[in-house]
Amino acid sequence: MPTAKELQAMKSKHNVLATFSYDKPKVDKGYANQTLYVNIESNEIKSKPVTQDMKDKFIGGRGFDLWLLWHAVNDDTRWDSPENEICIATGPIGGTTQYPGTGKSLVTTISPTTEQVIDSNVGGYFGPLLKFSGWDALEIQGKATEEIIIVIDGEESTVTIETAPEEPVDTHILSEILTDMYAEDEDDRRNVSVVSAGRGAEHALIGCLNFSLWDVRRGGIRVKQAGRGGIGSVFRNKKLKALVVRQPGVSGDSNNPADLNVIQKTGVKMHREICTEDHRQERMRTTGTPHLIEVMNAYDLLPVHNFQYGKHDDTPKITSDVWFKLFTQGIPDGCWYGCSMACAKTVENFELRTGPYKGEIVRVDGPEYETAAGVGSNCGIFDPAAILELNFYCDTYGVDTISWGTTVAFLMECYERGIINKEHTGGLELKFGNREASLELLHQVARGEGFGLIAGQGIRRIKKIFADKFGADINFLNDIGMENKGLEYSQYVSKESLAQQGGYALTNKGPQHDEAWLIFMDMVNNQIPTFEDKAEALHYFPLWRTWFGLNGLCKLPWNDVTPADNPETDEPNKVPEHVDNYVKLFNGVTGMNITREEIILQSKRVYDFQRVFNIRLGKGLRKFDAQPYRAAGPVTKEEYESRAERYDGQLKELVGFDPEGKSTEEKLAALRVYKEDQYEKLMDSVYKRRGWTENAVPKIETLKEIGIDYPEIVEVVKRHL
Amino acid sequence: MITVNGRNVDWESGLTVAGLIKKMNYIFPQIFVTINGDLIKKDDYDTTPVSDGDAVEIIHMIAGG
Ligand code: SF4
Repeated sequence: MPTAKELQAMKSKHNVLATFSYDKPKVDKGYANQTLYVNIESNEIKSKPVTQDMKDKFIGGRGFDLWLLWHAVNDDTRWDSPENEICIATGPIGGTTQYPGTGKSLVTTISPTTEQVIDSNVGGYFGPLLKFSGWDALEIQGKATEEIIIVIDGEESTVTIETAPEEPVDTHILSEILTDMYAEDEDDRRNVSVVSAGRGAEHALIGCLNFSLWDVRRGGIRVKQAGRGGIGSVFRNKKLKALVVRQPGVSGDSNNPADLNVIQKTGVKMHREICTEDHRQERMRTTGTPHLIEVMNAYDLLPVHNFQYGKHDDTPKITSDVWFKLFTQGIPDGCWYGCSMACAKTVENFELRTGPYKGEIVRVDGPEYETAAGVGSNCGIFDPAAILELNFYCDTYGVDTISWGTTVAFLMECYERGIINKEHTGGLELKFGNREASLELLHQVARGEGFGLIAGQGIRRIKKIFADKFGADINFLNDIGMENKGLEYSQYVSKESLAQQGGYALTNKGPQHDEAWLIFMDMVNNQIPTFEDKAEALHYFPLWRTWFGLNGLCKLPWNDVTPADNPETDEPNKVPEHVDNYVKLFNGVTGMNITREEIILQSKRVYDFQRVFNIRLGKGLRKFDAQPYRAAGPVTKEEYESRAERYDGQLKELVGFDPEGKSTEEKLAALRVYKEDQYEKLMDSVYKRRGWTENAVPKIETLKEIGIDYPEIVEVVKRHL
Repeated sequence: MITVNGRNVDWESGLTVAGLIKKMNYIFPQIFVTINGDLIKKDDYDTTPVSDGDAVEIIHMIAGG
C-alpha cells in the first residue's frame, strides 16, 4: 500500500474534468426519486427525475437499469459503441439493514460476449451508498480519452469526473488506494465503496467488476463481483478506472421506510431462524456456498472435465470441510450491513505462488461454489491452493471466474482431443488438472499476450477462431463448448434435468443459475414430470428470482435456509413464509400494499421487457435459446460409456429403442434425437406459458395485460409477428 | 418394491428412513420425508421403518443455486 505522501502525490495528478453540485434529496420510502447521468465523453453530468410510472412498472434495480439503457442506445448499439451504458442501481428495499441480504447492486450493459443485454447482481456497499447519496441509479455513457474515475460524494453533494493517470488498475490495490484517498479519516473508510475492474478486463471480453466494502473487523478491503457477461470489459473499454462513492451516516432508517416497525419485526424473526436453522441445514455461515461441492458431487451434478462428468474421486480434496478450515471463522461475513447469513467467506494470509504479486500475502474473497467448481473440478484441478490463487487473480485482474473456469475447461478438452496443441497454445500444456497452465494462461490474459488473447474472448468467439484458423469441426465445438447466447455456463450439470436445461438456456441473459435452479425439483424429487409442470416452474421461478434484482436483494436468504415448519406448507419449494417476509418488506419500505401475486406481475413486466430489448438488438428469438448438446446429453463415447447403465435404461424406457447389441455410436445417435426433441417441446410449452409466440416473442396481448404496451415496445414486437 | 419420488426402488427387510436416505446417497441436508403422505420427523428417521409397498417422498427443498 502506498504511504500517505505517495497517495497525496497520486491524487495531485488528478485533473478534475467536470464537477456537478446537487441538492441531495432525502430518501423517501426507499427511493431518492432521481437518477444520475454521467457522460464521460462530453463530461456532462445531470440529474434525471424518477417518474411514478418508472416506479410502478420497473420498480428499481435491474428494472431501472434496463429502462435507462433502453433510452440510451439504438438498435445497432454494440458493446463498445460510445452510447452503450453501464447502469448501476439498487432497489427500493436495497440498503435496509434489518433483514439479511438487502444490499445488492444490479448492473446492466450491452455485453461484449452476448451482444445483448446482460445483468449482474453484486454485493458490496456501492448501490446502497449511491442511493443514500441521492441517486436511485447511475448511468454512465460515452468513452473517455484518458484514464478517469467518477467520484460521488454524498456528504458534499458533488459528482466529479477526474483523470487518474497514476493509480494501478488491479482491484486489490486500486480499491484500497481510492478508499484511503477519498475517506476523510480511518473511520470514514467504511463509508466509501469503489467499483473497479483490472488489467485482465482490458484484454478479455469476460471482464468483471469488483464492488468493494471496507471490512471494519479485518481492517481491509473486501470485494464482491458483478461477474457475468463482460461488464468489466465495457468498463475498461470506456477507460473507466474506477467509480467511488462516499456516504457517511448509514442507519437503520436511511431508506425512510413507511413502516420501520414491520421491517424490524420481520428482520428479527428471520435472524432468529438463521441462528437456529443454519447449522442444521446448509451451514452458510461457516462454509459459505462451497458446501455445495460435495452435494453436487453426490448427485452427479458437479461439472468435471468440461461438463463431461458429474463427479470425481478427487472431489474430497475440495469439499466443505477443507474450506471450513481455510475460511476465517467467527467473523460475520456479510456483504451488506445486517446480513446474518454472512456467507461471504474469506481466506486470510494466503501467499501467492505465481504472477506479478508472487510472494505477497493477500486476502482471497471466496471461493464461492461457482468458482471452486469452475476453476477447480471443471478443469480437473482439485487443489485448494490453486483454486484460491486463480480466484484471487481472476478478481484482481477483473476476470469473471465462472466464464474463466468454463472457458479453460473447454480449452483443456480441445487440447486433450488434439483440436489444439502446443503450437497453438504457445507451449502451454493445457491438460485437465494442469494448474500451472491455467494460471499462466490467466497471467497472459492480464498481460495481453500469447494464447491469453484468444482465451479471454469467451467460448463463442474461440470456437469460431478454432474452426476458421485451426480447421476444427465447428459442429463438435458447438456440442462441447458450454455457452448459450455467448455466455458461458455456470457450474451445474444439466444433462438429467430437462427443466434445468430450460432454466439455463430459455433465459434472457444466458446460462446463469440465478434465473432458475430446478434440478432437484425435476431430476430428484420428480415433482414436475410433464411439460406443463416444467413450463409452470419456468414461468414462476425466473419471475420470482427476477424480483430480487428489482429490489436490491440477495437470493440466498430466500431458500438457503428455511423455516423448521417449511415442509408442512403447501409449496415448500417456494418457501411461503419467506415470500410473505418479502411482501412485508416491500410494503414496509414503500408504503404500498402488494400481494404475493403482484410480486410475479412486477417481475413479469421487467422480464418481458428485457426479452423485447434483446429482440430489438437482433437477438432474443427462439434460435438464440438453443443449447449446446452437452447440456442435454452425452456427446462422446466416453461420456456415454461412463454412465452406460443410465443411458441404456433411458433408451429402453423413454425412447423405445433396444440398446442390446448396438454400438455406442448408434445409441448416442438415438438418445440425441430423443433429447433434442424433448427440448424443442419444452420450448413450445414454456413460450406458451409465458404468453410468447413460438418464436419466443412476447405477444402484444401479453404486453397489454401486464401494462407495458408502450408504443416503442410494441413496435419492436410487431416486426416479428 | 417401494417407490421413492414415484420411481421404483428395491425394498429390503429392516429398511428405515435413515437407511433409505443413505442407500439413495441423498446427502443434501434440506430434505423432508413422507411415507404414504405422512410427514416423518427428522428425529425419527433412524427408528421409522419403511415397509414393502410404501410410497416414499424424499423432497429436496432447494430450488437453489
Ligand atoms: S447471504 Fe451471503 S451473498 Fe447474500 S447478502 Fe448475505 S453475505 Fe452476501
